[in-house]
Amino acid sequence: MTLRALFMMVLLLVSPAVLAVSPNEILPDAALEQRARDISAGLRCLVCQNQSIDDSDADLARDLRVLVRERLVAGDSNNEVEQYIVDRYGEYVLLNPRLGGHTLLLWAAAPLLLFVGLGLLLLARRRTPPGPVEGLTAEEQAALDALERGPDAR
Amino acid sequence: MSIELGHFALILAFAIALVSAIGGLLLWRRGERLALVLGHASILQFVLVAVAFLAVVQAFVASDFSLALAANHSHSLKPLIFKISGVWGNHEGSMLLWVLILVLFGALVATFGRRLPSDLTNLVLGTQSLLVAAFAGFTLLTSNPFERLSPAPLEGADLNPVLQDIGLAIHPPLLYAGYVGFSICFSFAIAALVSGRIDQAWARWVRPWTMLSWTFLTLGIAMGSYWAYYELGWGGWWFWDPVENSSFMPWLAGTALLHSALVMEKRNALKIWTIFLSIITFSLSLLGTFLVRSGILTSVHTFASDPTRGLVILTILAVLIGGAFLLFAIRSPSLRQGGLFAPISREGALILNNLFLATAVGAVLVGTLYPLLLDALTGTTISVGAPFFNFTFGALMAPLLLVLPFGPLLAWKRADLVAAGQRLMGFAALSVFLAILISALGGTSISMVPIGLLLGFWVSFGAIAEVIERSRLGRIPLGESLRRLRGLPRSIWSTALGHFGMGLTVLGIVTVSAWETELVTTLNPGETAELSGYLVAFDSFEQQPGANYVADTGVFTVTDPGGETATLLAERRTYVASGMPTTEAAIQTYGLSQLYLQLGEPLENTHVIRVWHKPYILLIWIGALVMAGAGALSLTDRRLRVGIPQRARKATAEAAQ
Repeated sequence: MTLRALFMMVLLLVSPAVLAVSPNEILPDAALEQRARDISAGLRCLVCQNQSIDDSDADLARDLRVLVRERLVAGDSNNEVEQYIVDRYGEYVLLNPRLGGHTLLLWAAAPLLLFVGLGLLLLARRRTPPGPVEGLTAEEQAALDALERGPDAR
Repeated sequence: MSIELGHFALILAFAIALVSAIGGLLLWRRGERLALVLGHASILQFVLVAVAFLAVVQAFVASDFSLALAANHSHSLKPLIFKISGVWGNHEGSMLLWVLILVLFGALVATFGRRLPSDLTNLVLGTQSLLVAAFAGFTLLTSNPFERLSPAPLEGADLNPVLQDIGLAIHPPLLYAGYVGFSICFSFAIAALVSGRIDQAWARWVRPWTMLSWTFLTLGIAMGSYWAYYELGWGGWWFWDPVENSSFMPWLAGTALLHSALVMEKRNALKIWTIFLSIITFSLSLLGTFLVRSGILTSVHTFASDPTRGLVILTILAVLIGGAFLLFAIRSPSLRQGGLFAPISREGALILNNLFLATAVGAVLVGTLYPLLLDALTGTTISVGAPFFNFTFGALMAPLLLVLPFGPLLAWKRADLVAAGQRLMGFAALSVFLAILISALGGTSISMVPIGLLLGFWVSFGAIAEVIERSRLGRIPLGESLRRLRGLPRSIWSTALGHFGMGLTVLGIVTVSAWETELVTTLNPGETAELSGYLVAFDSFEQQPGANYVADTGVFTVTDPGGETATLLAERRTYVASGMPTTEAAIQTYGLSQLYLQLGEPLENTHVIRVWHKPYILLIWIGALVMAGAGALSLTDRRLRVGIPQRARKATAEAAQ
């Protein structure tokens, strides 16, 4: 049984990871370092399970972190750094998938589902016979009160 | 010997389940005599699976390495508690635990559901037995935990060190109790569809089981999250990992089910939808089991490494879920919808709740499966990670949280939105004020932070508003109000408490995301560092042997802004048997906030130290505990207990005479 299967077993992504960013990687410029962090949080550690390179101690993650910082120091914008990494490692490296033909359905899923749901609701309302919906009748109210009070109410 | 007994007990349980399933589903009209037999059979299944389970536990505790499972996952030096929890720290054992909980719920229905109509009992226990037969069969045929080794090794291979934690003892059983518990809702739904009997009484029987499972699932997910938080060593508490998602989806669906079953019970509406949700919720639990068990999530490619398991689970899944939906498609058109209501009403609010929760389930499901499907269909590999889920899920939850406080203030059938709005006005203003004040004081560049704070306060205060409204505080004399407060049914308290807990969790998530601070540095013993007003002094570095590991221990003294000091021990352990390293972070709690300290690897003769200050992070789990408490409180409400309604109705009728 592989280690990874064990992780799966407990429904948790736990890895015996020690952490990520080391003091010797940190850039002296705080603003630049913050940008490096922001970019890193969106880049996947390729050899890990759904971890960003910021959270992983794998060698590859370290190399990517250093690469991100090198590009930033060289004066790249955030997008340029991201593109630089994607050019070399593929879109798989992005934790936030880009909008495009291949991810259209992914990004559209939530709004689509919401609108379909709303549509179905409206349809269901149309089908119900029209007519004034008044408040509860005295009888219904009594039944409801009994339900809400329960048997132990005095 | 006891292992063979356990093996035999499991086979026997499988056979009994198979017979019960066939009998229950085919002969359900036979009435009470069959119900009696099925009830006994369900209890017997539980006893037998418990024997099987205990046999494996016994082998682990006694370090009997002739049992292949114990040899692969245990070690004689392991502390007792981890020997026991190690039973389910692997595929075969966790399936056995799954089956154990499944039969436990069957036995509970048989015990507490004596007052159910016998037709319904037969169908419910029949369906439940079908599930038991499927999963006990799967365990026996593809993942048998009772396999022996000859000759037996002298020592076991040990359990993954990360799993040697109290978390493994608590988290999986709670989680399984949660999502296996939804099998009862599934069985009730099947029973309703087959018998055509679906009324308010049905919703009344189903709701306590939903509530019970939901409570366990809430605790299980919260426990798992806290475990990840302290064990991973860097303080992350939710990763949107596919495996987490597969436990989160049943929770979302279960939450929707709780609310829709309420409408069905009180107003006899939303019947078809409630049945549908019951099936969906358990289907998501099954899907989660499939995704996790088949290994498909680890990587699409490891699926082929053990195709039998994956394919068998997929077949079980297809038959159960497919069969259920086929039955639903055939039978649901004949169900009559009842209970008319206006859009602005309690029913309307609950439908809105269901709309957003169901959409959220869909969004998480699509996000989890999309990379797998895209890869399978086009060969393109993409990742869908935390940024995507945070955005999508956040966008769906914000409107839900915004309308949440209105729900409990609206009347059934037709309500006055303006009146409810007026009652909430003060709290809305207070929420806006606090959100702006805290954002300004804390200072933040993230524009979502004030919105998040606003929603958190709004939901928490909304819950309080409901209780105040019910007690008519300030509008009638105080004594009278207090009397009313005491007389409030537990279900009202439960609703308010549940929503209040939700608000706390939101507040915790927002504050820790916005104002967490971090320090990564190198220190030698004798040096100090400072983070957010906390002074961290590195006192000494020692190497100590533990039970089955060797630990590098850093001793730290932390001085908080108030001048109080505390001693923290952060460890890096190396486990003897596997040689695997783990980090044990030191966590010091200050009120609701925590200081999280991790001893990193040595670097050029110094030690890498990472410190985080996590403001109000405990609110995340306190909120979850409050929600679970709300579930438990609701279960203590006498009228919610299964079977009670009938007796109670008789009692009230007698009292009326």
